Amino acid sequence: MDKLKENQIIEDLLPQKFGKLGRIWVASLIAVCALGAFAYGRQLYYGLEVTAMRDYVSWGIYISNFVFFVAISLVGSLITAVLRLTNVKWSTPLTRIAEIIAVSAITFASLIIIVDMGRPERFYNLFLHGRLQSPIIWDVIVITTYFFISLLLLYFPLLPDLKILIAFKERNGKWLQKLYVFLGSYWKDKHAQFKITDKAINILAIAIIPVAFSIHTVTSWLFATTYRPGWDSTNFGAYFISGAFLVGAGGVVVAMYIFRKHYKLEKYITDDHFDRMGKVLVMLALLYLYFNVNEFLVPAFKMKKSEEEHLLGLFTGEFAPIFWFAIFTAMFIPIFILLFKKGRKPLPAFIAGVLVVVGSWFKRFLIVTPTLLHPFLPMHDVPANYHHYIPTWEEWAIAGGSLAGALLVITFFARIFPIIPIHETILETESQENEKHF
Amino acid sequence: MKTNQNSRRDFLATSLIASASLVGCATKNPFTAEELPDVKPSGEMVKLLSVDGEIIEVDKAFLKPVPELPAVMNTEAREGITGKKFVMVIDLSRCKSVKKCQTACNHMHHIHPGQNWIKVYPMQEAEHTAPYWQPTTCMHCDEPPCVKVCPVDATFKRKDGIVLIDSDRCIGCRFCMAACPYSTRVFNWEQPVLEKEIAEKPYSCETSVPQKKGTVGKCDFCPDMVRQGNLPHCVSACPNGVFMFGDLLEDTVTNGAETFRFSDLIKDKAGYRLMEDLGTKPSVYYLPPVNRNFPFQKEKGQ
Repeated sequence: MDKLKENQIIEDLLPQKFGKLGRIWVASLIAVCALGAFAYGRQLYYGLEVTAMRDYVSWGIYISNFVFFVAISLVGSLITAVLRLTNVKWSTPLTRIAEIIAVSAITFASLIIIVDMGRPERFYNLFLHGRLQSPIIWDVIVITTYFFISLLLLYFPLLPDLKILIAFKERNGKWLQKLYVFLGSYWKDKHAQFKITDKAINILAIAIIPVAFSIHTVTSWLFATTYRPGWDSTNFGAYFISGAFLVGAGGVVVAMYIFRKHYKLEKYITDDHFDRMGKVLVMLALLYLYFNVNEFLVPAFKMKKSEEEHLLGLFTGEFAPIFWFAIFTAMFIPIFILLFKKGRKPLPAFIAGVLVVVGSWFKRFLIVTPTLLHPFLPMHDVPANYHHYIPTWEEWAIAGGSLAGALLVITFFARIFPIIPIHETILETESQENEKHF
Repeated sequence: MKTNQNSRRDFLATSLIASASLVGCATKNPFTAEELPDVKPSGEMVKLLSVDGEIIEVDKAFLKPVPELPAVMNTEAREGITGKKFVMVIDLSRCKSVKKCQTACNHMHHIHPGQNWIKVYPMQEAEHTAPYWQPTTCMHCDEPPCVKVCPVDATFKRKDGIVLIDSDRCIGCRFCMAACPYSTRVFNWEQPVLEKEIAEKPYSCETSVPQKKGTVGKCDFCPDMVRQGNLPHCVSACPNGVFMFGDLLEDTVTNGAETFRFSDLIKDKAGYRLMEDLGTKPSVYYLPPVNRNFPFQKEKGQ
């Protein structure tokens, strides 16, 4: 490929400074994070009583946020690993977006779970006195493993790009240049180096798939290993994983659209990409719908006494508005939009993606709270406010802060590193040109 | 020369040891103004037995209180009492929902106001079956789902069957609360309201006192009472003899006034356990509400 074309690709994909919109975005995220931090300070001082959680609803939106984060982080394995291993080429520009969403989400999953602890200063007890028998310890192990694998899958493909970045010393400024040099100055584009990283990426891509399946299966087992109606389901592992792939894919579509629009990457994230991701999203939504049917229709057919109150609460009772909202926004409406070719154009696909992510967050809420409000024994001999759960402002602030924090990490990453892999794009374009010649 | 050096060394060593032991044996009263020049005498005198077996009078100001330690060490509290397997039998035909059990338990364990470790549920199996009061404690299951899921071994089952909570280790993840089908566990969402001396006590798994913010609490079958040969507080407090506590291996349960052979009692009165089909194997048995002592009356305000 001629140098001019290569330079054009590099110039298009180099990280850009924040414009006015970017600065407003970052400032608002920081404000939300700050509010969350203040609310957490209150929680540390007064205890978890600043939340609306009480003895019955002992897990609330912190835990549903945790499940949501773990779910979204699966997208790293989907796009980077599954699509890469099946030799899909069109997903190359999306791999880094998917991977940073994965790393950011899994980091904040760990943080929000510490926020939920009654005694966070005793965190080390998990390592000093950890019991291998407990599903929480399984979760700690697999999530830590997934974090490190994802971090490496972010780092190794970044190395050739770092070499390109280091060459633009003036453009980078002092601190970014220092960072790039620190991270990748040893990379010389040597064949031997590529051999190592290619092999490493391949191994990690294979390894991450069972780990990715594990993180969300084990997270689902935090619920499925209990007796409660709504949680006591053999379906949970597969149900959670299909939901995870769906919300992750939705997240990627949203990120794709925003980065493309903001950084003017239309040549690299094309309409074709939205068409293909749209098809992936439809398939995943249909799969998730299938698992939802299994999860709800079958127990509803039987209406066991312990499950009756729970199911009716979801279908027609106090949780019905949220339940049907989640079902429609996470599944029905996106499916309807994306089944048509016109619906898979960038803007409608973006809207579908947003609906999927929002609906999925409420779906996670519905997994955690309603079950806890339908215990086996009557709710009695407790204060009146134990019978309901409406999150307090502190909870919203902290949950919102964690979401803002995750977005902040993704935003800063895109400011510092090229969000579309430069080196791989150059390789892809070269191979496409070579194909045309033959 | 060698022998000279050795003998000098020996002499020095022995004289050092001798003088040290002399100092140690000195019958000096350590509780005097000479020994503790910074302490002001209060005037109040306390009679003590000295090291030599003499009665001495010492000013109270010179005495330093030893930090209070729990009667039983943490390791022993985790092991349990040998040769016992505790069970409880609750006779539903006697319960009037007086809730003296609840009051006594809350008081003796210094539980935060509003929390109840014993809950007395109004129960009714089906539309046409009899309503009755069901006092519900922790079941101290033989297959405890709470112990299975605890990530840090903060809740554990002892060899005498009792399931306890170590509030010094609990990280407050509340997985045990999610896992317990009997909804018996409570959580200290805020700093429990405690008297100063109770709050400052070191925590004992057997007394479950003092309760700590951010940790879980539940009925503990009062192992501290049981160790002394007494009955748990709820058993003693109930005026109607609803609770019976005892040892499966001894095959006896008692409510303080009456004692029964456990196996006969369960067989005669058709005792059962809650949610048997879940496989938790509770240690609390219920005697069905047959030949009721009191009619079922809703509580005031219901």
